[in-house]
Amino acid sequence: MDRKIRVLVGKPGLDGHDRGAKVIARSFRDAGMEVIYSGLHRTPEELARMAVEEDVDVVACSILSGAHNTLLPKVVECLKKEKGAEELDVLVLAGGIIPAEDVEFLKANGVDEVFGPGTNTQDIVEYTKANLKR
Amino acid sequence: MGYIAVARPWGWPCDGLRLKMSIGNPDGMVLYLHNQIIQGLRDRKRAALARAVTLVENGSEHAGHILEEAYKLRGRGKVIGITGSPGVGKSTLVDSLIGAIRERGHSVGVIAVDPSSPFTGGAILGDRVRVRSRTTDDEVFFRSLASRGYLGGLSRHTGDIITLFDAFGFDYILVETVGAGQSEVDIMRYAHSVLVVMAPGLGDDIQAIKAGILEIGDVFCVNKADHPDADRAVAVLEAMLGLNREWQWKPPVLKTVASQGKGVVELLDKIDEHSEFLKQNGLLEERIARSYIAALEDNIRRDTVDYILAKARADGSLDGALKQLSEGKTYPAAVAKDLIRQHLCLEAKIDE
Ligand SMILES: Nc1nc2c(ncn2[C@@H]2O[C@H](COP(=O)(O)OP(=O)(O)O)[C@@H](O)[C@H]2O)c(=O)[nH]1
Ligand SMILES: [Mg+2]
Repeated sequence: MDRKIRVLVGKPGLDGHDRGAKVIARSFRDAGMEVIYSGLHRTPEELARMAVEEDVDVVACSILSGAHNTLLPKVVECLKKEKGAEELDVLVLAGGIIPAEDVEFLKANGVDEVFGPGTNTQDIVEYTKANLKR
Repeated sequence: MGYIAVARPWGWPCDGLRLKMSIGNPDGMVLYLHNQIIQGLRDRKRAALARAVTLVENGSEHAGHILEEAYKLRGRGKVIGITGSPGVGKSTLVDSLIGAIRERGHSVGVIAVDPSSPFTGGAILGDRVRVRSRTTDDEVFFRSLASRGYLGGLSRHTGDIITLFDAFGFDYILVETVGAGQSEVDIMRYAHSVLVVMAPGLGDDIQAIKAGILEIGDVFCVNKADHPDADRAVAVLEAMLGLNREWQWKPPVLKTVASQGKGVVELLDKIDEHSEFLKQNGLLEERIARSYIAALEDNIRRDTVDYILAKARADGSLDGALKQLSEGKTYPAAVAKDLIRQHLCLEAKIDE
């Protein structure tokens, strides 16, 4: 048995900056995880489909556009639909420019954790390892 | 038992420790899990295929049962290997090929293999960046695989995973692999047709001469034909193929501009032509037999290596051998033969 943690690093929405996404992708890789990078400008439906086909343990979305309050609940909703389950077996993480006052709303809508700018990537990796859902 | 899976019909447990501990009757669960996945493959549930790939890739205890059924279910998918140096445009070409295949009403599964880091075991699998269209098409399924340190750059489970895709019932199964090290030769062992992709401006003359490349390709494609050197690359390649030998099937050389979808319909036609050629000449069975031999080789090698090393660790003979080696009293090939004899109880000679 040789279980690997698989992570989808997703870029939902319109913003065209993927520096942050690439930094976190490398941190996951360096921690021994297999990272699937979605590429820019993906819809929540596309990300959910990828998460199912790639059978990932973690979906980590990076958003800088400010549209997180619409996009992230949509990602969670699509994941539930794709999986046909109310309770998700994937950890949903968000990073990017997300103001503190939005965190509560996002968590109420199925995002497991939100990492603001300047979060140490090692902390994200540690959190991920400790909170896998399967 | 399996009540957890009933409550969450498509949220199957994986092999995580967490879940093992939370399930009272792991044996009941094992049965239930793989039966459900097999049924899911029959019903063409994509989550079932996705989880089956994970279990096989992880060498899970469920894998055997799933594969046994998958080998019975497998159908008539055309397995197309796509190889070539990094950056020549393989993934972009896969994107256009998916489009062309779907235009004709066929279904397609894609397996994209990228190398794992030898240091951390991690990997960044970036082929989806170029495969942008038809992500949510129900007749398309895309899976990224890491090589997981397997010699040759293909995942050691590639053969079994192709079978899972075939059991699911795709008309085409595309396997993209980085053309480095042994992987071209490896993909040849599993694919029915091999597409070798090259690009001008990437030292095509040198690539064309690269040992073995002319022998493995069934169809050649010079991508990035929007580049002025493309025609020269085609000419060089064709000349080399002409010199090479008498062909039963002379591999065609095509030009494509994958990023604009140019030449891709013609490319798909040639791939189909090659499939037809194999069928007409009774060669498809040969290729399929070749893939079984490859799968057997992989499994025998893996299992005997694991078995002998585990035995040798357990009874201390490995430590003993290492000590002798470090003292210069013997050499590795001799030790290996001793270990094989000792632990597989072999009387037989092992060839030099
Ligand atoms: N000019 C040109 N660029 C291309 C073409 N096909 C792919 N590319 C580009 O080549 C780069 C590598 O492509 P990719 O599909 O990732 O190559 P792979 O590593 O072989 O899978 C990307 O920037 C593509 O946009 C083409 O036909 N013409
Ligand atoms: Mg690629």
